[in-house]
Amino acid sequence: MKFIDEFRNPRLAEALVRKIRAATKRPIQLMEVCGTHTVSIFRYGIRGLLPPPINLLSGPGCPVCVTPNADIDFAIALAQEKDVILTTFGDMMRVPGSRSSLQKEKAQGADIRIVYSPLDTLRIAAKYPQKRVVFLAIGFETTSPSISVALLRAREEGLQNVFCLNCQKRVPPALKTLLQAERVRIDGFLLPGHVSAILGVAPYQFIAEQFGRPGVITGFEPLDILQGIGMLVKQIEEGRSEIEIQYRRVVRPEGNPLAASKIFEIFEEDQAQWRGFGSIPQSGYRLRDEFKAMDARHFPLAVEPPLEHPHCRCGEVLQGVVSPPDCPLYRVVCNPENPVGPCMVSVEGTCAAYYKYGNGGRGLESPKDENPTS
Amino acid sequence: MDDDRVLLAHGSGGLLTHDLIRSLFLRRFSNPCLAPLDDSARIETPNGELAFTTDSYVVNPIFFPGGDIGKLAVCGTVNDLSMIGAVPSSLSLSLIIEEGFPLSDLESIVSSIHEAAVLAAVEVVTGDTKVVEHGAADRLFINTSGIGWIRPGTSLSGSHAQPGDGILLSGYLGDHEMAILCAREGIETETPLESDCAPLNDLVQKMLEACPSIHCLRDPTRGGLATTLNEIAAMSNVGMVIDEEKIPVRDSVRGICELLGLDPLYLANEGKLIAFVPEPAIDLVLTVMKDHPLGKDAVLIGRVTDLYRPKVILRTLIGGHRILDMLSGMQYPRIC
Repeated sequence: MKFIDEFRNPRLAEALVRKIRAATKRPIQLMEVCGTHTVSIFRYGIRGLLPPPINLLSGPGCPVCVTPNADIDFAIALAQEKDVILTTFGDMMRVPGSRSSLQKEKAQGADIRIVYSPLDTLRIAAKYPQKRVVFLAIGFETTSPSISVALLRAREEGLQNVFCLNCQKRVPPALKTLLQAERVRIDGFLLPGHVSAILGVAPYQFIAEQFGRPGVITGFEPLDILQGIGMLVKQIEEGRSEIEIQYRRVVRPEGNPLAASKIFEIFEEDQAQWRGFGSIPQSGYRLRDEFKAMDARHFPLAVEPPLEHPHCRCGEVLQGVVSPPDCPLYRVVCNPENPVGPCMVSVEGTCAAYYKYGNGGRGLESPKDENPTS
Repeated sequence: MDDDRVLLAHGSGGLLTHDLIRSLFLRRFSNPCLAPLDDSARIETPNGELAFTTDSYVVNPIFFPGGDIGKLAVCGTVNDLSMIGAVPSSLSLSLIIEEGFPLSDLESIVSSIHEAAVLAAVEVVTGDTKVVEHGAADRLFINTSGIGWIRPGTSLSGSHAQPGDGILLSGYLGDHEMAILCAREGIETETPLESDCAPLNDLVQKMLEACPSIHCLRDPTRGGLATTLNEIAAMSNVGMVIDEEKIPVRDSVRGICELLGLDPLYLANEGKLIAFVPEPAIDLVLTVMKDHPLGKDAVLIGRVTDLYRPKVILRTLIGGHRILDMLSGMQYPRIC
């Protein structure tokens, strides 16, 4: 694991922070699009290390958080079916839908299983041929190839009882919607590393060309993030707007065309509903006609219309318009034990990160405590 | 929304467990022995202070690298007694066995209970056996209770941490929960991971002989180091600053944590302790710990402070600062 340590080296971090401080001449708002970035920024106290003029906004890059209540309600209705086993990534368990959560349904006897890989769904389906096994497909471009491969393999293996509740999303259309609405000024984007490993640079070019903002595809270790921020500040100060790659050890400019093509063997582009954004054209997928039999959305279920908590501001948090403490529910009634909105549930959720790591790390440092163990 | 069911997270050792204890148990059973919520209760007797504790073991799988449910049932209870400065002497042993459980497995578990009891110098002095029909329990559950006399001249409690105390950790974090997780999920590592499950009473005795005025000892089990530190910060109404760089975590444990998105600071341990030691005695206690096989990797990980109370602040690897919170929700069920 030595390779990780290189990207957490305190001396290199200090040097990068010094460079960023020297280069920053005016107030700058940067959005980290990806939830994994948000967590890393909070976990390593990066906000507290940055000079005050740099403000980091968290974006819509948490797949759990952008899943609308209607989809969660549908998943719950599926799980309530006696002959259904619902498989899901663990993060979805605690997300409150309109009236319940998967965790509560599981406590009441629904057969819901946490999987680490979509392929686990196939194993379960083979073991329980009399059950309909539905995979709750959540994720961005990073996850979609492995979901696609699993579904293709289910078809190859002749597993008739594997189904998919597709809630996958595509990142670039959401960024376009964000820039078109311009509800908050964004001077530059820290673009997601793993999503871009699939996509490459091209799908983000509109950010630079159409909207004149810089973007840097950035890795997830603290030094990656500091370097990515430094590259954005440099572009802004030099008046450039380009899509650059900081995360070169993983992301190639052309992305991973093979992985991307796997997605389109089974899915085609479609509009998708995003929490906070509503419907965004081409921001999701639907199963191609020849795979329609796997679509769990066709199960005849009576699902009541979704309810939204009237005061939950997750939708605006996801757009960077408000930060969690601006929400009237934050800490008052909404906390990780009793989350009202998904941003408080997911490990990648902005509200959960604020709650867990405290105010983004600003104001915690004290010279007296520089070295508590020396 | 109604919350009228027990969730697995209620047993995680994190926030929901604390809420359940406060709202359900403390409301009805408030008494001076229970109120401190230390690892064991203290009972005054004419002959001195008696420590009394109980714990149930439901670990899955029941055999795991580095131990089994039997060894765990002895070590866990011995450690709970040790953490308030008691010399563990006697244990009870109750088994709830599922019909159909292999007798050979039961024999090997009872053998390992015996071995662990010999190692910890405690006697099993009373016991009970129940068998339930197939499906009414998962193979084997064990409960042990334990008593021991508290060493005169010591006063260990989660509420005794003081600003200036050094926070010592006896070794690598996360081995137990990661060994269980790997055994359960079939994850293989280059270097085999073993649970750290061990009785800590001898290590504690050496530490208290060197420094009877240690303020607090705790074994960071469910909820891990982060949760334990927060419990003590709240009980003692102090702040803490922890240096992430100093916290020992094996590369294999870190590697799997990175893969699965887990944080080693929240992983359960069954053979580690943290000690809150008054400033002048830090070096002495650290030396004593390092001389003991169960403390050879001991390290000073942070300080108690009067700032930030009752929060725990982590100085991150790259020099940033953030709050280190209690475990919220759950990592994995049935790890002990």
